[in-house]
Amino acid sequence: MNIVVCIKQVPDTKGGVKFNPDGTLDRAAMLAIMNPDDKAGLEAALRIKDETGAKVTVLTMGLPKADAVLREAMAMGADDAVLVTDRVLGGADTWATSTTIAGALRNLDYDLIITGRQAIDGDTAQVGPQIAEHLGLPVISYAEEIKVEGDSVVVKRQYEDRYHELKAKMPCLITALSELNEPRYMTPGGIFEACDKEVTVWGRADLKDVDDSNLGLKGSPTKIAKASDKVPKGAGEKVNLDPTESVNYLIGKFKEKHII
Amino acid sequence: MGLEEYKGVYIYAQQVDNKLSSIAFELIGKAKELANDLGTEVTAVLLGSNVKGLADELGEYGADKVIVVDNPVLETYRTEPYAQALTAVINEYKPEIMLVGATAIGRDLGPTVSARVATGLTADCTKLEIGDFPLQAVPGKEDEQKHNQLLMTRPAFGGNTIATIACPDNRPQMATVRPGVMQKLPKEAGRKAEVIEFNPALEENNRYVEILNVVKAVGNVENIMDAKVLVSGGRGVGSKENFKLLEDLAEVMGGMVSCSRAVVENGWLAQDYQVGQTGKTVRPQIYFAIGISGAIQHVAGMEESDLIIAINKDEDAPIFDVADYGLVGDLNKIVPQLTAALKAEMGK
Repeated sequence: MNIVVCIKQVPDTKGGVKFNPDGTLDRAAMLAIMNPDDKAGLEAALRIKDETGAKVTVLTMGLPKADAVLREAMAMGADDAVLVTDRVLGGADTWATSTTIAGALRNLDYDLIITGRQAIDGDTAQVGPQIAEHLGLPVISYAEEIKVEGDSVVVKRQYEDRYHELKAKMPCLITALSELNEPRYMTPGGIFEACDKEVTVWGRADLKDVDDSNLGLKGSPTKIAKASDKVPKGAGEKVNLDPTESVNYLIGKFKEKHII
Repeated sequence: MGLEEYKGVYIYAQQVDNKLSSIAFELIGKAKELANDLGTEVTAVLLGSNVKGLADELGEYGADKVIVVDNPVLETYRTEPYAQALTAVINEYKPEIMLVGATAIGRDLGPTVSARVATGLTADCTKLEIGDFPLQAVPGKEDEQKHNQLLMTRPAFGGNTIATIACPDNRPQMATVRPGVMQKLPKEAGRKAEVIEFNPALEENNRYVEILNVVKAVGNVENIMDAKVLVSGGRGVGSKENFKLLEDLAEVMGGMVSCSRAVVENGWLAQDYQVGQTGKTVRPQIYFAIGISGAIQHVAGMEESDLIIAINKDEDAPIFDVADYGLVGDLNKIVPQLTAALKAEMGK
């Protein structure tokens, strides 16, 4: 069984956020980590590997420095890694990102593709289902449990007030929630091995069945009109009154704001 | 693709168990504003099995037309038949704008359908308006500026940034919209929408998944991330028993209780209720921080809340730096009085 896990190197959103002059994010200027939902997806794949001996390949699209998350994934236990990187792929929205990743996946053998539900930088949750769409695969998003049963997967799919237990025939694509599991740590031996392993690097020319018009900033249907750092909010009003007056003050404010 | 062929503001009227979700009405409210600006109409798209009866309610909340796809295969949400149905509606009726709720359903249906009809999709929008793209015309290229575009604003990077996005060259312009942000219109009893029954062929293919089980949540396993009002307590609440004060306030406000890390460490509440860097990031409409000092790790998880109210006896507590309204004083006295006063106000 072949599992491909799509992972993303994301800026740690706790730090400051920087922009390029064209309004796209300047990822090069920020600290980078493996996206949490993706890491849970990787852990789910590694648990299937532990049980069944599946082969786990990790794939990312990004700047050359995204190599670091692939090595981290291999140190956790992934067998192979693919980095898709090319200047022409930069500035992609979710459409152009998903066409790119689908173009890379067409070169790989897969029974199961796992992506994170969403990345902590964009928070869109769109790329996973869109990859499935381009590849014509069944998709189950928001997975909080994944089991392999013969040629199918059985997944607990989370909704706001319920879950559905769904069964899909492989090949299929699942998007993972970080609640899925507690990802394992890298092992010292794993780190040692990961340093020596080859990361396959693909550029534009290696993508299969994708038109240039669907790639990068130019191939993105959505365009950024404006982007800015959020101005930190200042302190509001503070009152130091006896309890009854405090309550009256707040009730007054709630009325002003039409909360009550 | 002739962009001018695409007309009208459409919303996906989400229903679950044949009951319309609140987001359906919120989307109609916003769509009405956009449609007024564009001089067009609002159409709700209703997908399900035996759902025709829900069309009237959509009309009463402002929909001008309701397109109903009624098919037994749509009884319970599954990506593929729903995506086929919504895609068929878009291809047949060609909406200029298609809004979907950013719910656990919409964030699956939206990306699948937008990819299928090859258009852009902007996620989890908190503001939508009609305007120009680019916002300012490029000097010398004034005629390239496009008017009457949907401008979609959304937070990203965990709320550190705000971006406004347009989809100038593809139709429909699609967005998912965060629940609880847009206002529904007042219900107009007896207002009728034109109901259009549409029956596209939905074909079972390799992408259908099988539903083995539907398990509805019972009891208090609601997610604090979905609450519109959170009454959050910290170490200052003092004991597990004292959280009763916060529960009472939450009940009056129709909200939920949440907490800081110290509360979880003391075993007063389960980790599911923890707000902050090691807990959940929440963005309710109202956040009460009660007996919470406001460590940076806690603030990171709640500062996006629309309105923050802090109650703390330490007037130098950092929580007051992010609060819209800060009450310095004893929570044991203020909270019960506040609950009683709110109860009295709401009973009026």
